Parts: sequence; structure tokens; C-alpha cells
Amino acid sequence: MLAVQQLEAGYGESVILRGVTLQVRPGQVVCLLGRNGVGKTTLMKSIMGVLKARKGTVSYKGDDLTRRAPGQRAKKGIGYVPQGREVFAQLTVFENVLLGLEASGSKTRVIPDAAIAKFPVLPAMYDRRGGDLSGGQQQQLAFARALASEPDLLLLDEPCEGIQPSIVDDIRDVIRAIKADGKTSILLAEQSLEFVKSVGDYFYILEKGAVAWEGGLADLNDEVIRQYLTV
Amino acid sequence: MDVIILQLFNGFSISSILLLIALGLSITFGLMKVINMAHGELIMIGAYTAYVVQNLFADYMPASMFGWYFALAIPVSFAVAFVFGLVLEMGLIRFLYGRPLDSLLATWGVGLMLQQLARSIFGAPNVGVKSPAWLDGGMTVGDNVFPYKRLFIIGLVLVCLLVMYLYIYRSHPGRRMRAVMQNREMAACLGISTRRVDATTFAIGSGIAGIAGCALTLIGPIGPTIGTYYIVDAFMVVVLGGVGKLVGTVFGALGIGLSNTLFEYWTTASLGKVLVFLCIVAFLQWKPSGFVAMRSRSLDN
Repeated sequence: MLAVQQLEAGYGESVILRGVTLQVRPGQVVCLLGRNGVGKTTLMKSIMGVLKARKGTVSYKGDDLTRRAPGQRAKKGIGYVPQGREVFAQLTVFENVLLGLEASGSKTRVIPDAAIAKFPVLPAMYDRRGGDLSGGQQQQLAFARALASEPDLLLLDEPCEGIQPSIVDDIRDVIRAIKADGKTSILLAEQSLEFVKSVGDYFYILEKGAVAWEGGLADLNDEVIRQYLTV
Repeated sequence: MDVIILQLFNGFSISSILLLIALGLSITFGLMKVINMAHGELIMIGAYTAYVVQNLFADYMPASMFGWYFALAIPVSFAVAFVFGLVLEMGLIRFLYGRPLDSLLATWGVGLMLQQLARSIFGAPNVGVKSPAWLDGGMTVGDNVFPYKRLFIIGLVLVCLLVMYLYIYRSHPGRRMRAVMQNREMAACLGISTRRVDATTFAIGSGIAGIAGCALTLIGPIGPTIGTYYIVDAFMVVVLGGVGKLVGTVFGALGIGLSNTLFEYWTTASLGKVLVFLCIVAFLQWKPSGFVAMRSRSLDN
């Protein structure tokens, strides 16, 4: 479904990704692990198109997206929950969710029930400004906004960063529910090993901008963790 | 009592003119952060458009219809300035986003070119636009006469404000516009075409400058440099009001307009102007972000 081939990307002079190759299959939850600064967020941005790839390709459902703008990728069915959430602070919660519909191309402008049903706190806060929500609420809003376009692939960049444990549990439930539906694949970048183990099907560990290890849940043993993830 | 009412009316009248010339700028400068020194020339384009529409009516329409040229001139002025703005954005401004000094110089140059263009087409001397007969005279209340032209401009401003409010805060394109202006990258990731939003937003701001120019033909003669008289005032209103908020621009215009009238009444015309400027400088020392500042816990960047 999503195939990244020998992707190289960076900021200015510095190269962050040095030939990353990975795949996400339909319905799969693929997790991206690695210590700080190995390029997880950079990879997410390159897949979404915020960052231009220097070399390599990003293809999705057989189409080469490498030179496409982020908006076109969104319209192809890729939803993005960025690190730091990036909700529109001056817009209301409702407007934020409505903006998620831009990529779906539907003229009806109706938020799908499935997108909002998972976050029962949001409708009660529809009239508040996005910037006035707490971090955890903003994270849920960013989720709902991404789900509004009913994407086939969801990119989640550190969704649990700086979030209180109860909302982390909620987010875990949401990811599991999406997985159970089987319609949407997920690429999840996350620091918390415990969290990714509870939801992931397949794992990639990045080191120095390249994939250092990949494998299924059963293969992710203590030795792998010690070698690539322990600080 | 009559004096107070008359001064208040004058204050509101001046405020309405200030607001009209600043509204377009509150979009291009306030929302988009583009320092567009050619804004005054877009006003000038609107004014000359009204002049051309008037001449066309005088030449080709029956005399009885002449009075209605102004009703047509307003939308045509908007359209012409809109197109100029669109060309300006696509040909120049879009290369200069995030570079305020460059865009200041470049748009100033564009302004000079547009002034010369007007001089070449219409000649250097000022031209007069004959106001329609239905705007002559005034409404008499007690001993005061409120000219219909001034009342019309106040009404026009209110209509422009309402339409702009509905567009920016209540429509789908307006929501896209605010999203792009707040967080361009994220808006793009959601599938919004930021290029198209930039171009239309700038063009709309320019179009409103055109309407302002059209309204200015009611007040006096127009010339190629008419825009330069108003550009400083327009920026002052937007900065004083607080960048990025429509309601701030309204307060800015009212503040300058009313204080200008009162100071001029208490002192002299030139001293009044000085006092207004002093007040603005003092106020911006106290509140650098203007009357209405955007505040949010996630707006620290």
C-alpha cells in the first residue's frame, strides 16, 4: 500500500534520512521506533510531502507520490497527525474538524460519525477555540481532524507525547478500533515501547537515518531492544 | 448640543472613510503579513474605474440613467482592483512571502509604475467624478444637515464589513483562508491548496481597496497620486487596531477618526493631527500589538 524506497531527505545542508526503505500493507499497524534524532519525524514529514525527498521514492497504492504536494497526498487518502498536534489555534474545534474534510473531496461537508464517535469529549467543545484546549484534548482534535477525511493510511507522529495516561489509554483504544475495522492502515512513530507493543503488527527501528532492524512482534525481543533502543 | 452631534457625525464620517481604505489592507497586511505599498494605487485604480464607468454612462446611456452609474461602479471597481491584485500576487508577491523588506520595496516600485500608468492614460491633472444626483443634498435633523454622500459612505462601510465578516468567519473559503494564514504547512497537509488561497485572499483585499477608491470619488477629485495620501492612514489604522483581526481594524478607524475630529475642534487642523499622532505613538508604546491582540495558549510562536 505505502512503499518507501531508499528515501533520502534532510533540512538544508544536513542529511537526516540516508536511504530508508519500508512498507505498510493494508490494515496493518506499522510502528517506527528509534532513539531521539534518528529521523522518525523527518520520515513522517517526507511521506506526507512537507519535506521534499532528495532521492528515493514514496509510492502509495501504486502511484508515485515523490514529487507531489502534501495536499495531493492528502487527497489520495493519507491522513496526518503531526508531532505537536498543529491544531488551528484561532479556529473553533468544529472548524478544525471541518477542515479535515477538505481532503475527502465530498461536497456534503458532513463530518463522518466514525471520526467523531471515538472522541465523545469533542462535540461538547465545538465552539471553543482550538488553542484553548489542553494538550490531550488537542491531540484528540488532531485525530478527529485526520479521521474526518476517512483516510486509508494514517500517519501518527508521537501521538502520546506529553499526554496524560488516561488519554494515552483512549488513544490506544482508538488505534485498536481503527485496526479492528481493518479499513485504515497506520504508520505510528512512537517512543513508548510498551505502547507500540500493545498495538503494532510490524516494527521498524531507525538508526542514523536508516532502517537498522525490522520484524514482527515476536521478534522484538530484549536483545533487539537493548541494541537499538536502550539509551 | 448641536455642535456635539455635528462633531460626532464628522468623526464617524472620517472613521468610515479610514475604515474603508484600511479594510483591504487589514486582509493583505493584517492576515497575510504582506507590506503592500501599492495598496494606495489599488485605491487609485478603483477611483479611476469609477471615473471610466461614469464616462461610459455619460456617452452611451440615456441621461435619465446617469444617476445609476455609481451603483454599477462599485462592483466594477471591486472587479478591476481584484484582477490587478490577482496579477500582482501571481507575478510578484508570491515570490516575496516572508520577506517584508523586499516586498515593501518591490510593491512601492509597483505603486510608482501604476501611478505613471494612470498619468499616461488619464493625464496628470486631477479629474472630477460627478456624484449621482440622488446623493446630493442631505438629511436635516434639527439644525444639522447630514450630507447623503457621507451617510452613503458610512452605509457602504457597514455593508463591506458585514460581507467581509460573513466571508472570513462563516464561509468555507473563509475558513480555508484563516487556516492557511495560521498554519500554512498543516493546512497544506489537510489538502487545502495554499497557492489558490493566497492568490484569492490577496485579490479580495485588493478588490476592497478598489471599492474604497470608488467611494473616494464622492469626496473630491481624483488624481494619479491619490493613493499616497491614504496609504499611511491605512497602515496606521491596521497597526493601531491590532494586526489580524477585523474588529481591531474597526476600533482603529473609530479611534483615529473620532480623536482626529475632536482634537481638530478643540485646537486647529494641523495641531489636531499632531495630537492624534502623539496619542497613537503613546498608545503603541503601551500596547505594541494594538487594540485587539490575538491571545491563545498555543500561539507562542
